[in-house]
Amino acid sequence: MQPRVKTWLFLMPAGLWFLTMLVLPLVVVFIFSFGERGAAGGYVPAFTLDQYANLPARWAAFRNTLTLAPIGTVVCLLIAYPLAYFLALRTTPKWRTLLLILVIVPFWTSILIRSYAWIFILGGRGLPTLISALGLGDVQLINTPFAVLVGIVYGYLPLMVFPIFVSLERLDKRLLEASSDLGCPPWRSFLNVTLPLSMPGVATGCMLVFILLMGEFLIPAILGGGKVFFVGNALVDLFLQSRNWAYGSAVAVTLVAIMLVTVTAYMRFTRRWAGGRDDVSLM
Amino acid sequence: MRIYALAVYAFLYFPIGVIALFSLNAGRHASQFQGFSTQWYGKALANPFVMDALKTSLTVALVSALLASLFGTMAALALQSVKGRTRVFFDALIYIAVMVPGIVIGIATLIALVTVFNWLNPILEIIWPIADQAPKLSMGFGSLIAAHGLFTMALVVIIVRARIAGMDRSLIEASADLYATPFGTFRQVTLPQIFPGILAGFLLSFTFSFDDFIIAFFVAGSETTLPIYVFSSIRRGVTPEINAIGTMVLGASLAILILAQTILQRGRKQAGGSAP
Repeated sequence: MQPRVKTWLFLMPAGLWFLTMLVLPLVVVFIFSFGERGAAGGYVPAFTLDQYANLPARWAAFRNTLTLAPIGTVVCLLIAYPLAYFLALRTTPKWRTLLLILVIVPFWTSILIRSYAWIFILGGRGLPTLISALGLGDVQLINTPFAVLVGIVYGYLPLMVFPIFVSLERLDKRLLEASSDLGCPPWRSFLNVTLPLSMPGVATGCMLVFILLMGEFLIPAILGGGKVFFVGNALVDLFLQSRNWAYGSAVAVTLVAIMLVTVTAYMRFTRRWAGGRDDVSLM
Repeated sequence: MRIYALAVYAFLYFPIGVIALFSLNAGRHASQFQGFSTQWYGKALANPFVMDALKTSLTVALVSALLASLFGTMAALALQSVKGRTRVFFDALIYIAVMVPGIVIGIATLIALVTVFNWLNPILEIIWPIADQAPKLSMGFGSLIAAHGLFTMALVVIIVRARIAGMDRSLIEASADLYATPFGTFRQVTLPQIFPGILAGFLLSFTFSFDDFIIAFFVAGSETTLPIYVFSSIRRGVTPEINAIGTMVLGASLAILILAQTILQRGRKQAGGSAP
């Protein structure tokens, strides 16, 4: 067999799979977003911008997503950075691998069940009981933005730690020695050497977490109790309950468009750090 | 610093511990602990709905992970010798498959497949040789496997390509110098080197598919996977039975993941790389 033919044969199954299960569906969503809703739900072909004009009807979902996603990203960053720093610069190599695995592994386990666990902790007989037993008054934690935020940080923290860890571990330790030899106190070495050199990892982590949060459904559904809902919850409602495919498609296209703008901004941002590597994989 | 790290690890693992603890609750109220018992594990495993959902989840995860590992590895190998437009095109597809949120993949697959099926079903009815016995295409096992296979195939391509990039090329040249056939070189030199990547890719694909809720929620049709069962049960209220199922699911995926990580780490050490 000719090498060229063999290459094509090897690429074909994956290529066809990507075309039918990724390209075709995304094109369909794009086309449907310009259509109209059928009388019994579903889709009627048309070319209209009505669905996009109607987007403000779901403004609350966009507002919640666009406030809680950035806040969640920043909180993740603030908690993850010191941990990544500790793992990269303050542990022995033997422990480092084990501790790193322990951070990454929860991310790959069921987010459904891990979010569900917080119903116990934040629900009626969990933390609120403890807080009122301490005489600090009655508080409602579950079904509040706070509960959703806790779920977000809990769910996405590993994804933030890993890229920051990688950029800190690659950092040339001699630079820190040089900085201290030249009389810099540790905090100034950190601000002038460590922090700037870890920025590519910070940017990658923030982008990954932010993007995944934009499409989040489960955490608000489980911990927000219908009061705190994201665009994802609106999409489930539009496609599985009211079966308004055209409008739902417009919401989905808008969501992806917001994400594309974010990714483009990220690419611009990271390119400024010359030599900054953005090939940080998730495993 | 060390105390801080400990606190973060406690934050990461405390909720898992809470679920495991409450799954051993003897009482029937989920949030009130009344002594130890393993009865809920027995009840969960005897529940036919749970077992059906488990069977569906395992079948879908196994088939989609196998297909993803096979086709993903083939694509990763072929992409070595591809340059130019095809390469850019494939890279873009993989990037999109990983980046587009699961929920968008889910709805897009749902409406695309339902629309295609609505076209194809009348045609099938006409061309089918036996009247009134034409198969009706609908959402179910097929759409679940196809949708899960998409993301996991992209994952396998990424992992296996990373292994190929870290491979010792001089061994392939040596093998060719020693008159090995291309297939012999592949079987005895390339495959053993990239195998940890394929295995890790398979295990990750399996856990992804097994744990996925959001894509399955849209494309499962009349099938129920385990995460869909758990989600609808949570909506009806927390029960010790769900805690038992959750503990088993978390335990199983933790075991598989630690295995996958160990394989990947060991593979890296053999490849001589130090970066994770």
